[in-house]
Order: sequence, then structure tokens, then C-alpha cells
Amino acid sequence: MHSEPQEQHRLNIRYALKRAAFSLDVDVEFAMRGITGVFGPSGAGKTTLLRCIAGLERPDSGRLVANGSVWEDTDARVSRAVHKRRIGYVFQEARLFPHMDVLGNLRYGQKRSTPVESAIDLEQAVALLGLGSLLGRAPATLSGGEAQRVAIGRALLRGPELLLMDEPLAAIDDARRGEVLPFIEKLHTDVGVPIVYVSHNIDEICRICDQLAVMDNGRISTQGNLQTVLLQTEVACLSGREAGAVLDAAVESYDSSDKLTHVVAGGSGLWVPGETGPAGTALRLRVRADDVSVCLERPRGTSILNVLDAAIERIQKESSGTALLHLRVGSNVILARVTQRSCNELSLSPGTNLYAQVKSIAVRNSLG
Amino acid sequence: MSEETLITGWPDLASLVLSFKLAAITTLVLLIAGTPLAWWLANTRSRFKPAIQSLVALPIVLPPTVMGFYLLVLLGPYGAIGSWWVELTGSTLTFSFTGLVIASCFYSLPFAVQPLQGAFESLGSKEIEAARTLGASSPDAFFSIVVPLSAPGFLTALVLSFAHTLGEFGVVLMVGGNIPGETRLISIAIYDHVESLNYAAAHVLALTLLGFAFLILLTMFVFNRRLRRHA
Repeated sequence: MHSEPQEQHRLNIRYALKRAAFSLDVDVEFAMRGITGVFGPSGAGKTTLLRCIAGLERPDSGRLVANGSVWEDTDARVSRAVHKRRIGYVFQEARLFPHMDVLGNLRYGQKRSTPVESAIDLEQAVALLGLGSLLGRAPATLSGGEAQRVAIGRALLRGPELLLMDEPLAAIDDARRGEVLPFIEKLHTDVGVPIVYVSHNIDEICRICDQLAVMDNGRISTQGNLQTVLLQTEVACLSGREAGAVLDAAVESYDSSDKLTHVVAGGSGLWVPGETGPAGTALRLRVRADDVSVCLERPRGTSILNVLDAAIERIQKESSGTALLHLRVGSNVILARVTQRSCNELSLSPGTNLYAQVKSIAVRNSLG
Repeated sequence: MSEETLITGWPDLASLVLSFKLAAITTLVLLIAGTPLAWWLANTRSRFKPAIQSLVALPIVLPPTVMGFYLLVLLGPYGAIGSWWVELTGSTLTFSFTGLVIASCFYSLPFAVQPLQGAFESLGSKEIEAARTLGASSPDAFFSIVVPLSAPGFLTALVLSFAHTLGEFGVVLMVGGNIPGETRLISIAIYDHVESLNYAAAHVLALTLLGFAFLILLTMFVFNRRLRRHA
């Protein structure tokens, strides 16, 4: 099929769909590279959107163009069958085939796909996802994390041009999430397959995504670069307890006596706990608004290690008597949540210079 | 000993062979025709579903003579199907083996469709959707995922249709009559023996049928347990 060059590496989605108690109405363009997060509360329509992209559900009207080829166009009566869309789909539950062993599951999609250059082979998938010891096992004997890794491998071996992941960690208990998340991060760096990742967990999103679309009530309320979108605190689900900023940083040095690493993010130095890799290692830091407080004078005798020069960019009042401060720190913006009383007593206003005290920083390892 | 002498030596053997032949053919036809019907029933949201489901289940509750009567009318030389058959082949459907196969298929339909429908419904769509996203077309997903995962349902459908066809009496008597080697089935032979007070011959046949019925049901339950354990 003829494809326009500007449509390459783009996923254009326009859907309208009505169900009994729910409607979906989106018109959005995703990049077909990197990891695009779709975040929002349960019932926002994230899964329906993903199922429409896969062809598992049909919109009442709409159009879907992936990498320049039309997968769905209700006006032109075009609808490519599910099995002819080159996608990988990882469901909430692993959905492994119980009558096949792990190897049989992995080969199921591979056997049904024409070999393409971008696809990884069985050996690579097994190595990437650590499946070597599982190949002969029956799905029923796997842990939740293991099963989901097999499901990811199975989807990858299909040679997808787009990987759709629908809350792949939701059915796994917290303790075992660590068995899967690092592998998803590796997909992006080692396989290079673009991913649309649906989740209602902002931590997961912050850890792995570089693009973010926020969904609420069947609509996309905001979309763009992860760092930028996270600062749009007017959007309801980004302003709650999880409000915070994500910073990209690089390791500078490690202090082995205090077990702290010095990193630089947007021109500012920060101490983060533990050893996070050799100098130059790229890190992603997450700073929650609730963990940041402000002082008009440089604090003395504080136990807080990270005190940063900051300037208020804007103040957003919240109904709960608190306010979110958008603070410029070097070339980054972080959020701080303070009470409105503090705002008034300290006469905070846009342009005020102050010091931000960061109580804790969550560190995500390199995304490459 | 040739088959000929066997049959003359024990005339009931012809009935036995005929019954098994009828059951085997009926089961085959029902598995082929009943599978798509069961699939449709398991997946449709059509408002006709309850009506179709009731029609399929009718033979369970209707007296066999009622079914037999209507089938006799339908398949007879002046009936809708029967007259068409006469035009096509020159022979009548009633009192023929072919007529028996058609009647048995109606009569045993629920015993094939219901277990299959149950199996398809309990399977749900999760694995099928996964297969579709992995590049399997609908028929491919059906044969590679649905059929193996519904194996217990298929086994139940097979055994019940076979056993039920083997044991039918009212319908086949109405439609087929009592022609040795053509429509004289084992159940009719037993009835004949009892009528003529030949209890010994009736015992032989009745015991054969009883033993066989028990054996295939036993096989089914044992196998189903194993299949479930593996699934």
C-alpha cells in the first residue's frame, strides 16, 4: 500500500464508540517509537482504546493509520482483521495456552508470521526475557511474573511493528513485579519495538515511558513528552497524591563511604541513595510534590541533603487548602506541595526565588 | 465362519451390526453439523437464540413417539423432505436406513450440541483473542485453540450421541419399522423377542446393550477426568 513518508513512525487514531454506559472519543497521534504510556483512572477507556487498535473491538466510526497503512477506516469500509495487523498484545492476565508448554506458546505466533528483519529469534527472546529454564514447563506451573514474561516473549516472536501492553503488571503481586518491569524496559532498548503501555499506576508510567497520554472519561485529556505532561497538574489524575516531576540525570560520582551517588540533572547536582552505575550512566529520577518543601532562606542544620536553588514559575491552588508550586531548578521544573497558609505567610508568588528541599528521590535505572 | 453363516447362526447379529452402524454414522454427522451450531449458540447475541436452543433441546422432553410421528410425516413420500427425496432418488425415506439416519440426527441432536455449547461457553474468548493477536485466523484459532481446549466437551458429545442413538426405540420404530437387515435395530429386536415371549434371546441382546452402555460411559468419565487434569 502507498504510504506517505510523513506518516512513517506514526500511529494516527481517531475513534468514536458508544457502549451502554461508556463512550470513547479520541483523536490522537502516537509516535511509533519508544514507549508511549496511556494513563488514567479505571474505566477511562484505556483498554477499549488498545482493543480497538488491535482490532479486537470495532469503533462505531473512525480511522486508524499505522506507519502509513490504513488498518481501519469506517468511511471507506476498511477494517483489517486482527490476525493481519502486525501487533503484539500483552493482556493483563498472561493468557498462555494451557495445552502447550512454554516453548509451544512462544512458537505459536512465530509460526504464523512471515519472518521480518526487525523480529528477534527464539534464542534472543529466551535470553532477553530469561526464559531458558522455563521452556519445558506447563503454563499452570509458572508464577505470575514468569507467565507474563512468556506472554511478552510470545508477542515479540510474532515480529510486531507495534507492541500493545494492557496493564501487564496489574495481575501480579507487588513482590513479583520486579520480575517483569526490568524486562519491559529492556524491550525498548534491546529490541526497539515501539510500545503503547496502558496503566493506572503512575510509578510504572514514570519508570518506563517517554511519551504520555492521559485518558479520562473516554477522551485523551493531554498528551506529549512525559516530563511535560506530568507538570500539567490541572489534569485531575495528575494532581493527586502522585503528583510529581520526572528528571533525566547522569551519574557523576559515587561516594562509597556514605553510599550516595552524585548525579547531575539539568545543571543541578543531587545526591541519590545507593550506587547506581559508573559515571555517565543515564538515570531517571522521580520527585513527588509531597516530598518537596520550600524555604525563603538557605536552610541550615537540615538533615535534608538536596537543597536546590529554585524560582517559582507558577502557583496552582488546590481545593484541599494546598497549592502546587511549579519550581524552576536549572533547566528542569519540579513540583512542590505546600499549604495555602504557607503560601500567604511567605508571600510566595511567581518569580520568588527560594530553596527547594527534596526529602526523597526515587531513582529508576537507565533507559539508555 | 463367514458373516453369512454368523448371521444365520445368530440372526440378531444383523440387528447389532445395524445399530452400531447407525450410531456411528449419526455421531459423525452430528459432530460435523453440531459443532458450528453449538459454536453459534455459545457466541451469539441474537434474539433467536432462546428459540433455537429450545428447538435443539426438544427431543429431550418430547415422547419419542411424538417426534417419530412428525418425522414419519415429514420423511414420508408426501412429506416436505420425503417427497423431494423420492423425486431425487426414486425411493422413499421412510422404512429405509437413510431415513433412520436422518431421524436419529434430529433425535440425538441435543446430546451432541449441549456438551459442545457448554465447553465453548466455559472456554470464553480470552485464549482465542490471544491467538488472533498472534496471527491466527478465526478457523486457525478454532482448530489450534478451541478444539484441543474443548476436548472433554467433544468426547462427551461423541459418547452421548453414540450411546443415545444406540438405545433409541420409539422414533426408529415409527420411522423405520422392522425390516431385518435394513431397519431392524437392536432395541426393536428386543421388543420382538419379548412380544414372542423369547426371554432368553431378549436377555442376550439386552445384556449386550447394558454392558456396552455402561462401558462407554465409564470410558468417557475416566477420560474426561484425565483430560481435565491435563488442561
